[in-house]
Amino acid sequence: MSLTDWQFGATTLNWVGLQNYAELWSDAVFRKSVANTLVYLVLVTGGSITLGLSLALLIESDRSGRGFYRTAFFMPAASTLIAMAFVWEFLLHPSAGLVNHLLQQVGVAPQNWLNDRHLALYSVAAIGIWQMSGLALVFFLAGLQGIPRDVRDAAELDGIDRPFDRFRFVTWPLLGPTTLFVITVCAIRALQVFDTVHVLTKGGPNKATEVLLHTIYAEGFSFFRMGYASAMTVVFIAGIFLLTQIQHAALERRTHYA
Amino acid sequence: MKPPSPSFRILRHVVLMAVALVFLMPFIWMVLTSLKPADEIFGSEIHLFPTRFAAVENYTLALTKVPLLRYLWNGVLVCAGILVLQILVALPAAYAFAKLSFRGKPWAWRLVMLALMVPYQATAIPLYVMLYHAGLLDSMAALILPFSVSAFGIFLMRQFFRTVPDDLIHAARLDGMGELEIVWRVMLPTAMPALLAFSIFSVVWHWNDYFWPLLVINSPHLATPPLGTMFFRNEEAGSAFGPLMAGTVLITAPLVLLFVVAQKRFIEGVTLTGVKG
Repeated sequence: MSLTDWQFGATTLNWVGLQNYAELWSDAVFRKSVANTLVYLVLVTGGSITLGLSLALLIESDRSGRGFYRTAFFMPAASTLIAMAFVWEFLLHPSAGLVNHLLQQVGVAPQNWLNDRHLALYSVAAIGIWQMSGLALVFFLAGLQGIPRDVRDAAELDGIDRPFDRFRFVTWPLLGPTTLFVITVCAIRALQVFDTVHVLTKGGPNKATEVLLHTIYAEGFSFFRMGYASAMTVVFIAGIFLLTQIQHAALERRTHYA
Repeated sequence: MKPPSPSFRILRHVVLMAVALVFLMPFIWMVLTSLKPADEIFGSEIHLFPTRFAAVENYTLALTKVPLLRYLWNGVLVCAGILVLQILVALPAAYAFAKLSFRGKPWAWRLVMLALMVPYQATAIPLYVMLYHAGLLDSMAALILPFSVSAFGIFLMRQFFRTVPDDLIHAARLDGMGELEIVWRVMLPTAMPALLAFSIFSVVWHWNDYFWPLLVINSPHLATPPLGTMFFRNEEAGSAFGPLMAGTVLITAPLVLLFVVAQKRFIEGVTLTGVKG
Protein backbone atom coordinates (compact mmCIF):
# COMPACT_ATOMS: atom_id res chain seq x y z
CA MET A 1 0.00 0.00 0.00
CA SER A 2 2.95 2.30 0.60
CA LEU A 3 3.55 2.29 -3.16
CA THR A 4 0.15 3.78 -4.02
CA ASP A 5 -1.54 7.15 -3.67
CA TRP A 6 -4.62 5.65 -2.07
CA GLN A 7 -6.67 7.85 0.19
CA PHE A 8 -9.18 6.36 2.57
CA GLY A 9 -12.65 6.28 1.00
CA ALA A 10 -11.32 6.81 -2.52
CA THR A 11 -12.44 4.26 -5.06
CA THR A 12 -9.39 4.59 -7.27
CA LEU A 13 -5.80 4.00 -6.50
CA ASN A 14 -2.73 4.56 -8.60
CA TRP A 15 0.58 2.88 -8.53
CA VAL A 16 3.08 5.58 -7.72
CA GLY A 17 6.17 3.51 -7.16
CA LEU A 18 8.58 5.08 -4.76
CA GLN A 19 7.01 8.53 -4.98
CA ASN A 20 5.74 8.38 -1.38
CA TYR A 21 9.23 7.63 -0.18
CA ALA A 22 10.66 10.47 -2.25
CA GLU A 23 8.10 12.79 -0.70
CA LEU A 24 8.98 11.51 2.76
CA TRP A 25 12.61 12.28 2.15
CA SER A 26 11.87 15.94 1.41
CA ASP A 27 9.01 16.32 3.90
CA ALA A 28 10.13 18.78 6.57
CA VAL A 29 7.53 17.55 9.08
CA PHE A 30 8.60 13.95 8.65
CA ARG A 31 12.25 14.84 9.09
CA LYS A 32 11.46 16.84 12.18
CA SER A 33 9.39 13.93 13.44
CA VAL A 34 12.21 11.43 12.95
CA ALA A 35 14.69 13.80 14.60
CA ASN A 36 12.36 14.35 17.57
CA THR A 37 11.73 10.62 17.92
CA LEU A 38 15.48 10.00 18.03
CA VAL A 39 16.06 12.73 20.63
CA TYR A 40 13.21 11.32 22.70
CA LEU A 41 14.54 7.79 22.31
CA VAL A 42 18.05 8.72 23.43
CA LEU A 43 16.86 10.85 26.35
CA VAL A 44 14.31 8.40 27.66
CA THR A 45 16.43 5.30 27.15
CA GLY A 46 19.50 6.93 28.65
CA GLY A 47 17.56 8.48 31.53
CA SER A 48 15.63 5.33 32.39
CA ILE A 49 18.74 3.15 32.27
CA THR A 50 20.80 5.49 34.44
CA LEU A 51 18.04 6.02 36.95
CA GLY A 52 16.92 2.39 36.89
CA LEU A 53 20.44 1.05 37.39
CA SER A 54 21.39 3.51 40.13
CA LEU A 55 18.19 2.83 42.02
CA ALA A 56 18.56 -0.92 41.57
CA LEU A 57 22.11 -0.81 42.98
CA LEU A 58 20.97 1.30 45.92
CA ILE A 59 18.04 -0.98 46.66
CA GLU A 60 20.23 -4.08 46.44
CA SER A 61 22.93 -2.67 48.70
CA ASP A 62 20.90 -3.25 51.86
CA ARG A 63 17.95 -5.25 53.02
CA SER A 64 15.43 -2.93 54.56
CA GLY A 65 12.61 -1.43 52.55
CA ARG A 66 13.31 -3.36 49.34
CA GLY A 67 9.70 -4.27 48.72
CA PHE A 68 8.43 -0.79 49.37
CA TYR A 69 10.89 0.92 47.04
CA ARG A 70 10.32 -1.56 44.28
CA THR A 71 6.59 -0.94 44.53
CA ALA A 72 7.03 2.82 44.57
CA PHE A 73 9.30 2.96 41.55
CA PHE A 74 7.26 0.49 39.56
CA MET A 75 3.97 2.27 40.22
CA PRO A 76 4.22 4.60 37.18
CA ALA A 77 4.85 1.63 34.89
CA ALA A 78 1.81 -0.12 36.34
CA SER A 79 -0.64 2.73 35.89
CA THR A 80 -2.74 3.84 32.97
CA LEU A 81 -0.47 6.22 31.11
CA ILE A 82 -3.24 8.20 29.52
CA ALA A 83 -4.78 9.05 32.88
CA MET A 84 -1.40 9.95 34.31
CA ALA A 85 -0.77 12.19 31.31
CA PHE A 86 -3.68 14.33 32.49
CA VAL A 87 -2.19 14.46 35.95
CA TRP A 88 1.11 15.62 34.45
CA GLU A 89 -0.70 18.20 32.39
CA PHE A 90 -2.03 19.59 35.62
CA LEU A 91 1.30 19.34 37.47
CA LEU A 92 2.98 21.22 34.63
CA HIS A 93 0.17 23.77 34.28
CA PRO A 94 1.77 27.21 33.82
CA SER A 95 -0.18 28.98 36.57
CA ALA A 96 -1.82 26.38 38.79
CA GLY A 97 0.72 23.58 38.43
CA LEU A 98 2.65 22.22 41.36
CA VAL A 99 5.97 22.16 39.51
CA ASN A 100 5.98 25.90 38.86
CA HIS A 101 4.83 26.62 42.40
CA LEU A 102 7.69 24.61 43.84
CA LEU A 103 10.18 26.24 41.49
CA GLN A 104 9.00 29.67 42.55
CA GLN A 105 9.72 28.72 46.13
CA VAL A 106 13.37 28.35 45.23
CA GLY A 107 13.35 31.42 43.02
CA VAL A 108 13.11 29.92 39.54
CA ALA A 109 10.82 31.67 37.08
CA PRO A 110 7.73 29.67 36.08
CA GLN A 111 7.92 27.96 32.73
CA ASN A 112 5.30 27.05 30.20
CA TRP A 113 6.52 23.46 30.12
CA LEU A 114 4.34 22.02 27.42
CA ASN A 115 3.81 25.04 25.19
CA ASP A 116 7.32 26.37 24.96
CA ARG A 117 8.84 24.92 21.85
CA HIS A 118 12.27 24.71 23.44
CA LEU A 119 10.96 22.85 26.45
CA ALA A 120 8.03 20.73 25.30
CA LEU A 121 10.01 17.77 23.98
CA TYR A 122 12.08 17.63 27.17
CA SER A 123 8.96 17.78 29.33
CA VAL A 124 7.44 14.88 27.44
CA ALA A 125 10.73 12.98 27.69
CA ALA A 126 10.82 13.57 31.44
CA ILE A 127 7.40 11.99 31.73
CA GLY A 128 8.69 9.13 29.59
CA ILE A 129 11.59 8.59 31.98
CA TRP A 130 9.26 8.73 34.96
CA GLN A 131 7.19 6.01 33.39
CA MET A 132 9.95 3.75 32.10
CA SER A 133 12.53 3.77 34.92
CA GLY A 134 10.50 1.31 36.96
CA LEU A 135 10.62 -1.21 34.15
CA ALA A 136 14.39 -0.80 33.75
CA LEU A 137 14.76 -1.05 37.53
CA VAL A 138 12.95 -4.37 37.69
CA PHE A 139 15.11 -5.85 34.94
CA PHE A 140 18.27 -4.63 36.65
CA LEU A 141 17.16 -6.03 40.00
CA ALA A 142 16.66 -9.40 38.35
CA GLY A 143 20.06 -9.08 36.68
CA LEU A 144 21.76 -8.19 39.96
CA GLN A 145 20.19 -11.12 41.72
CA GLY A 146 21.50 -13.35 38.95
CA ILE A 147 25.08 -12.51 39.88
CA PRO A 148 26.30 -15.33 42.13
CA ARG A 149 27.25 -14.34 45.64
CA ASP A 150 30.61 -16.11 45.55
CA VAL A 151 31.74 -13.93 42.65
CA ARG A 152 31.42 -10.89 44.89
CA ASP A 153 33.04 -12.68 47.81
CA ALA A 154 35.91 -13.74 45.57
CA ALA A 155 36.36 -10.17 44.41
CA GLU A 156 36.58 -9.08 48.01
CA LEU A 157 39.25 -11.68 48.73
CA ASP A 158 41.17 -10.38 45.75
CA GLY A 159 41.25 -7.00 47.43
CA ILE A 160 38.51 -5.24 45.47
CA ASP A 161 36.65 -3.85 48.44
CA ARG A 162 35.75 -0.28 47.48
CA PRO A 163 32.14 -0.34 46.32
CA PHE A 164 32.89 1.70 43.21
CA ASP A 165 35.69 -0.66 42.14
CA ARG A 166 33.50 -3.60 42.78
CA PHE A 167 30.87 -2.10 40.52
CA ARG A 168 33.40 -1.33 37.79
CA PHE A 169 35.24 -4.62 37.76
CA VAL A 170 32.64 -7.13 38.82
CA THR A 171 29.03 -6.00 38.68
CA TRP A 172 29.07 -3.90 35.51
CA PRO A 173 30.76 -6.47 33.23
CA LEU A 174 28.47 -9.20 34.50
CA LEU A 175 25.45 -6.96 33.97
CA GLY A 176 26.49 -6.28 30.37
CA PRO A 177 23.99 -8.60 28.67
CA THR A 178 21.19 -7.38 30.97
CA THR A 179 22.05 -3.80 30.13
CA LEU A 180 21.98 -4.41 26.41
CA PHE A 181 18.63 -6.12 26.83
CA VAL A 182 17.18 -3.27 28.90
CA ILE A 183 18.46 -0.68 26.44
CA THR A 184 16.66 -2.33 23.55
CA VAL A 185 13.46 -2.83 25.55
CA CYS A 186 13.41 0.84 26.51
CA ALA A 187 14.34 1.97 23.01
CA ILE A 188 11.56 -0.07 21.41
CA ARG A 189 9.07 1.36 23.84
CA ALA A 190 10.38 4.88 23.36
CA LEU A 191 9.98 4.50 19.62
CA GLN A 192 6.30 3.76 20.21
CA VAL A 193 5.61 6.94 22.17
CA PHE A 194 2.17 8.24 21.33
CA ASP A 195 -0.19 8.61 24.27
CA THR A 196 1.54 11.45 26.09
CA VAL A 197 2.21 13.38 22.92
CA HIS A 198 -1.35 13.06 21.69
CA VAL A 199 -2.83 14.16 25.00
CA LEU A 200 -0.39 16.84 26.04
CA THR A 201 0.85 18.59 22.94
CA LYS A 202 -0.68 17.10 19.78
CA GLY A 203 2.79 17.31 18.30
CA GLY A 204 3.03 21.05 18.88
CA PRO A 205 3.97 23.74 19.55
CA ASN A 206 5.11 24.23 15.99
CA LYS A 207 5.91 20.52 15.51
CA ALA A 208 8.36 20.63 18.43
CA THR A 209 7.05 17.34 19.82
CA GLU A 210 5.97 15.68 16.59
CA VAL A 211 7.01 12.02 16.88
CA LEU A 212 6.86 9.20 14.36
CA LEU A 213 3.76 7.38 15.52
CA HIS A 214 1.89 10.63 15.98
CA THR A 215 2.77 11.76 12.45
CA ILE A 216 1.56 8.44 11.06
CA TYR A 217 -1.66 8.85 12.99
CA ALA A 218 -2.17 12.40 11.73
CA GLU A 219 -1.44 11.57 8.09
CA GLY A 220 -3.36 8.33 8.02
CA PHE A 221 -6.33 9.01 10.22
CA SER A 222 -6.81 12.78 10.22
CA PHE A 223 -5.90 13.49 6.58
CA PHE A 224 -6.64 9.92 5.46
CA ARG A 225 -3.60 9.76 3.20
CA MET A 226 -3.24 6.06 3.79
CA GLY A 227 -0.63 5.43 1.09
CA TYR A 228 1.66 8.08 2.48
CA ALA A 229 1.10 6.97 6.07
CA SER A 230 1.93 3.41 5.02
CA ALA A 231 5.27 4.56 3.70
CA MET A 232 5.96 6.11 7.11
CA THR A 233 4.90 2.90 8.78
CA VAL A 234 7.46 1.00 6.75
CA VAL A 235 10.17 3.31 8.13
CA PHE A 236 8.76 2.78 11.63
CA ILE A 237 8.81 -1.02 11.25
CA ALA A 238 12.36 -0.88 9.97
CA GLY A 239 13.41 0.93 13.14
CA ILE A 240 11.66 -1.53 15.43
CA PHE A 241 12.98 -4.46 13.44
CA LEU A 242 16.54 -3.26 13.79
CA LEU A 243 16.13 -2.91 17.55
CA THR A 244 14.55 -6.36 17.85
CA GLN A 245 17.49 -7.92 16.03
CA ILE A 246 19.91 -6.33 18.50
CA GLN A 247 17.70 -7.48 21.34
CA HIS A 248 17.59 -11.07 20.16
CA ALA A 249 21.36 -11.06 19.92
CA ALA A 250 21.40 -9.74 23.48
CA LEU A 251 19.04 -12.48 24.66
CA GLU A 252 21.23 -15.14 23.09
CA ARG A 253 24.23 -13.81 24.94
CA ARG A 254 22.32 -13.60 28.17
CA THR A 255 21.59 -17.30 28.12
CA HIS A 256 25.30 -18.08 28.00
CA TYR A 257 25.85 -16.30 31.28
CA ALA A 258 22.93 -17.89 33.07
CA MET B 1 30.30 -9.47 52.49
CA LYS B 2 30.60 -6.78 55.13
CA PRO B 3 27.33 -5.29 56.28
CA PRO B 4 26.99 -1.66 55.17
CA SER B 5 27.89 1.05 57.68
CA PRO B 6 25.11 2.81 59.60
CA SER B 7 25.72 6.15 57.91
CA PHE B 8 25.47 4.51 54.50
CA ARG B 9 22.25 2.82 55.50
CA ILE B 10 20.70 6.13 56.47
CA LEU B 11 21.97 7.86 53.34
CA ARG B 12 20.52 5.07 51.23
CA HIS B 13 17.11 5.57 52.74
CA VAL B 14 17.30 9.35 52.37
CA VAL B 15 18.15 9.14 48.68
CA LEU B 16 15.67 6.38 47.89
CA MET B 17 12.92 8.11 49.86
CA ALA B 18 13.48 11.39 48.02
CA VAL B 19 13.32 9.71 44.62
CA ALA B 20 10.34 7.62 45.65
CA LEU B 21 8.54 10.80 46.67
CA VAL B 22 9.12 12.30 43.22
CA PHE B 23 7.92 9.10 41.58
CA LEU B 24 4.78 8.95 43.69
CA MET B 25 4.06 12.68 43.62
CA PRO B 26 1.74 12.54 40.60
CA PHE B 27 -0.34 9.88 42.35
CA ILE B 28 -0.45 11.75 45.64
CA TRP B 29 -1.25 15.02 43.92
CA MET B 30 -3.92 13.37 41.80
CA VAL B 31 -5.72 12.05 44.86
CA LEU B 32 -5.36 15.30 46.82
CA THR B 33 -6.55 17.44 43.93
CA SER B 34 -9.56 15.24 43.39
CA LEU B 35 -10.65 16.27 46.90
CA LYS B 36 -10.28 20.02 46.39
CA PRO B 37 -12.76 22.65 45.22
CA ALA B 38 -11.90 24.71 42.14
CA ASP B 39 -10.98 27.94 43.94
CA GLU B 40 -8.37 26.09 45.96
CA ILE B 41 -6.90 24.43 42.91
CA PHE B 42 -6.45 27.70 41.10
CA GLY B 43 -5.70 29.81 44.16
CA SER B 44 -2.39 31.64 44.31
CA GLU B 45 -1.35 29.67 47.35
CA ILE B 46 -1.00 25.95 47.21
CA HIS B 47 -2.07 23.87 50.15
CA LEU B 48 -0.98 20.30 50.33
CA PHE B 49 -4.23 19.19 51.89
CA PRO B 50 -7.61 20.60 50.96
CA THR B 51 -8.98 23.10 53.45
CA ARG B 52 -12.49 22.41 52.28
CA PHE B 53 -13.37 18.96 51.04
CA ALA B 54 -15.04 18.83 47.66
CA ALA B 55 -14.69 15.12 47.15
CA VAL B 56 -18.41 14.51 46.82
CA GLU B 57 -18.89 17.25 44.20
CA ASN B 58 -15.86 16.19 42.17
CA TYR B 59 -16.60 12.51 42.15
CA THR B 60 -20.28 13.03 41.45
CA LEU B 61 -19.44 15.27 38.54
CA ALA B 62 -16.90 12.76 37.22
CA LEU B 63 -19.48 10.01 37.34
CA THR B 64 -22.39 11.95 35.88
CA LYS B 65 -20.86 14.28 33.29
CA VAL B 66 -19.67 11.31 31.25
CA PRO B 67 -20.65 7.67 31.75
CA LEU B 68 -17.44 6.80 33.55
CA LEU B 69 -18.75 3.56 34.99
CA ARG B 70 -19.76 2.59 31.49
CA TYR B 71 -16.19 3.17 30.30
CA LEU B 72 -14.84 1.05 33.11
CA TRP B 73 -17.31 -1.68 32.29
CA ASN B 74 -16.35 -1.47 28.60
CA GLY B 75 -12.74 -1.83 29.67
CA VAL B 76 -13.59 -4.95 31.62
CA LEU B 77 -15.58 -6.41 28.71
CA VAL B 78 -12.89 -5.69 26.14
CA CYS B 79 -10.07 -7.06 28.29
CA ALA B 80 -12.05 -10.15 29.21
CA GLY B 81 -13.15 -10.74 25.61
CA ILE B 82 -9.61 -10.40 24.30
CA LEU B 83 -8.16 -12.61 27.01
CA VAL B 84 -10.70 -15.42 26.58
CA LEU B 85 -10.21 -15.48 22.79
CA GLN B 86 -6.45 -15.32 23.13
CA ILE B 87 -6.42 -18.28 25.47
CA LEU B 88 -8.86 -20.26 23.33
CA VAL B 89 -6.59 -19.79 20.33
CA ALA B 90 -3.16 -19.82 21.92
CA LEU B 91 -3.39 -22.95 24.07
CA PRO B 92 -4.33 -25.44 21.33
CA ALA B 93 -1.98 -23.74 18.89
CA ALA B 94 0.89 -23.83 21.37
CA TYR B 95 0.16 -27.49 22.11
CA ALA B 96 0.25 -28.30 18.42
CA PHE B 97 3.55 -26.50 17.96
CA ALA B 98 5.11 -28.05 21.03
CA LYS B 99 3.95 -31.65 20.97
CA LEU B 100 2.46 -32.61 17.62
CA SER B 101 4.01 -32.92 14.21
CA PHE B 102 2.16 -31.80 11.13
CA ARG B 103 3.00 -30.74 7.60
CA GLY B 104 4.32 -27.22 7.23
CA LYS B 105 5.04 -26.88 10.93
CA PRO B 106 8.42 -25.14 10.50
CA TRP B 107 6.86 -22.61 8.13
CA ALA B 108 3.88 -21.98 10.34
CA TRP B 109 6.23 -21.43 13.26
CA ARG B 110 8.27 -18.95 11.25
CA LEU B 111 5.06 -17.03 10.57
CA VAL B 112 4.35 -16.88 14.29
CA MET B 113 7.85 -15.57 14.94
CA LEU B 114 7.42 -12.95 12.24
CA ALA B 115 4.12 -11.81 13.73
CA LEU B 116 5.86 -11.59 17.07
CA MET B 117 8.33 -9.04 15.78
CA VAL B 118 5.94 -6.64 14.09
CA PRO B 119 4.58 -3.98 16.46
CA TYR B 120 0.81 -3.78 16.34
CA GLN B 121 0.73 -0.10 15.45
CA ALA B 122 2.39 -1.07 12.18
CA THR B 123 -0.61 -3.16 11.20
CA ALA B 124 -3.08 -0.43 12.16
CA ILE B 125 -3.73 0.83 8.64
CA PRO B 126 -4.49 -2.51 6.93
CA LEU B 127 -6.51 -3.63 9.96
CA TYR B 128 -8.50 -0.44 9.91
CA VAL B 129 -9.28 -0.85 6.22
CA MET B 130 -10.32 -4.48 6.72
CA LEU B 131 -12.63 -3.57 9.58
CA TYR B 132 -14.09 -0.81 7.44
CA HIS B 133 -14.93 -3.25 4.67
CA ALA B 134 -16.37 -5.69 7.16
CA GLY B 135 -18.53 -2.87 8.49
CA LEU B 136 -17.20 -3.39 11.97
CA LEU B 137 -15.68 0.02 12.70
CA ASP B 138 -17.00 1.68 15.83
CA SER B 139 -18.13 -1.55 17.45
CA MET B 140 -17.06 -3.73 20.34
CA ALA B 141 -15.84 -6.31 17.81
CA ALA B 142 -13.38 -3.77 16.39
CA LEU B 143 -11.80 -3.52 19.82
CA ILE B 144 -11.63 -7.25 20.50
CA LEU B 145 -11.23 -9.23 17.25
CA PRO B 146 -7.92 -7.78 16.02
CA PHE B 147 -6.24 -8.96 19.21
CA SER B 148 -7.84 -12.40 19.48
CA VAL B 149 -4.79 -14.15 18.05
CA SER B 150 -1.73 -13.38 20.10
CA ALA B 151 1.49 -14.57 18.52
CA PHE B 152 3.16 -13.78 21.78
CA GLY B 153 0.70 -15.97 23.68
CA ILE B 154 1.32 -18.87 21.31
CA PHE B 155 5.08 -18.36 21.60
CA LEU B 156 5.07 -18.16 25.38
CA MET B 157 2.82 -21.16 25.94
CA ARG B 158 4.73 -23.25 23.42
CA GLN B 159 7.98 -22.61 25.27
CA PHE B 160 6.26 -23.72 28.43
CA PHE B 161 4.55 -26.78 26.95
CA ARG B 162 7.86 -28.07 25.62
CA THR B 163 8.94 -28.62 29.21
CA VAL B 164 5.95 -30.87 29.94
CA PRO B 165 7.11 -34.52 29.78
CA ASP B 166 5.83 -36.53 26.82
CA ASP B 167 5.01 -39.43 29.14
CA LEU B 168 2.22 -37.40 30.70
CA ILE B 169 0.62 -36.96 27.28
CA HIS B 170 1.10 -40.61 26.35
CA ALA B 171 -0.54 -41.64 29.58
CA ALA B 172 -3.47 -39.34 28.86
CA ARG B 173 -3.83 -40.80 25.37
CA LEU B 174 -3.80 -44.32 26.79
CA ASP B 175 -6.59 -43.26 29.09
CA GLY B 176 -8.57 -42.46 25.95
CA MET B 177 -8.40 -38.67 25.99
CA GLY B 178 -8.76 -36.76 22.74
CA GLU B 179 -6.19 -34.16 21.78
CA LEU B 180 -8.38 -31.18 22.74
CA GLU B 181 -9.20 -32.82 26.02
CA ILE B 182 -5.47 -33.16 26.66
CA VAL B 183 -5.02 -29.45 26.05
CA TRP B 184 -7.65 -28.40 28.55
CA ARG B 185 -7.35 -31.11 31.17
CA VAL B 186 -3.67 -32.04 31.16
CA MET B 187 -1.71 -29.12 29.71
CA LEU B 188 -3.71 -26.20 31.10
CA PRO B 189 -3.29 -27.11 34.78
CA THR B 190 0.48 -27.49 34.37
CA ALA B 191 0.71 -24.14 32.63
CA MET B 192 -1.09 -22.03 35.20
CA PRO B 193 1.86 -19.82 36.26
CA ALA B 194 2.80 -18.97 32.69
CA LEU B 195 -0.83 -18.42 31.81
CA LEU B 196 -1.31 -16.10 34.76
CA ALA B 197 1.68 -13.98 33.79
CA PHE B 198 0.40 -13.83 30.24
CA SER B 199 -3.08 -12.85 31.41
CA ILE B 200 -1.75 -9.95 33.43
CA PHE B 201 0.38 -8.89 30.51
CA SER B 202 -2.64 -8.98 28.22
CA VAL B 203 -5.03 -7.20 30.58
CA VAL B 204 -2.58 -4.42 31.43
CA TRP B 205 -1.74 -3.95 27.79
CA HIS B 206 -5.31 -3.68 26.58
CA TRP B 207 -6.67 -1.77 29.54
CA ASN B 208 -4.06 0.91 28.94
CA ASP B 209 -4.14 0.87 25.18
CA TYR B 210 -5.16 4.21 23.76
CA PHE B 211 -4.00 4.16 20.16
CA TRP B 212 -6.34 1.50 18.84
CA PRO B 213 -9.59 2.60 20.55
CA LEU B 214 -8.81 6.14 19.39
CA LEU B 215 -8.75 4.91 15.80
CA VAL B 216 -11.77 2.67 15.68
CA ILE B 217 -14.20 4.11 18.21
CA ASN B 218 -16.30 7.23 17.71
CA SER B 219 -19.34 6.55 19.85
CA PRO B 220 -18.86 7.64 23.44
CA HIS B 221 -20.82 4.68 24.80
CA LEU B 222 -18.23 2.27 23.40
CA ALA B 223 -15.19 4.04 24.82
CA THR B 224 -12.61 2.22 26.90
CA PRO B 225 -11.29 3.93 30.05
CA PRO B 226 -8.31 5.73 28.41
CA LEU B 227 -10.46 6.99 25.54
CA GLY B 228 -13.19 7.91 28.01
CA THR B 229 -10.79 10.10 29.97
CA MET B 230 -10.06 11.91 26.75
CA PHE B 231 -13.77 12.50 26.09
CA PHE B 232 -14.11 13.71 29.62
CA ARG B 233 -11.28 16.19 29.24
CA ASN B 234 -12.73 17.53 26.00
CA GLU B 235 -16.13 17.84 27.62
CA GLU B 236 -14.66 19.90 30.44
CA ALA B 237 -12.40 21.93 28.13
CA GLY B 238 -9.51 20.93 30.32
CA SER B 239 -10.07 23.44 33.10
CA ALA B 240 -12.03 21.60 35.77
CA PHE B 241 -9.08 19.79 37.26
CA GLY B 242 -10.88 18.64 40.39
CA PRO B 243 -13.43 16.43 38.63
CA LEU B 244 -10.85 15.47 36.01
CA MET B 245 -8.53 14.20 38.72
CA ALA B 246 -11.45 12.38 40.33
CA GLY B 247 -12.01 10.70 36.97
CA THR B 248 -8.37 9.72 36.59
CA VAL B 249 -8.34 8.31 40.12
CA LEU B 250 -11.25 6.06 39.21
CA ILE B 251 -9.61 4.96 35.97
CA THR B 252 -6.16 4.29 37.41
CA ALA B 253 -7.50 2.60 40.52
CA PRO B 254 -8.24 -0.89 39.10
CA LEU B 255 -4.74 -1.52 37.79
CA VAL B 256 -2.98 0.08 40.73
CA LEU B 257 -5.02 -2.04 43.13
CA LEU B 258 -4.30 -5.15 41.10
CA PHE B 259 -0.63 -4.21 41.20
CA VAL B 260 -0.57 -3.71 44.96
CA VAL B 261 -2.46 -6.93 45.63
CA ALA B 262 -0.62 -9.22 43.22
CA GLN B 263 2.69 -7.43 42.97
CA LYS B 264 4.96 -10.31 42.08
CA ARG B 265 2.73 -11.70 39.34
CA PHE B 266 2.01 -8.23 38.10
CA ILE B 267 5.68 -7.36 37.65
CA GLU B 268 6.20 -10.71 35.94
CA GLY B 269 3.37 -9.95 33.58
CA VAL B 270 4.41 -6.43 32.75
CA THR B 271 8.06 -7.32 32.24
CA LEU B 272 6.92 -9.78 29.58
CA THR B 273 6.47 -6.70 27.38
CA GLY B 274 10.25 -6.56 27.37
CA VAL B 275 10.49 -9.93 25.75
CA LYS B 276 7.67 -9.11 23.40
CA GLY B 277 8.99 -5.73 22.29
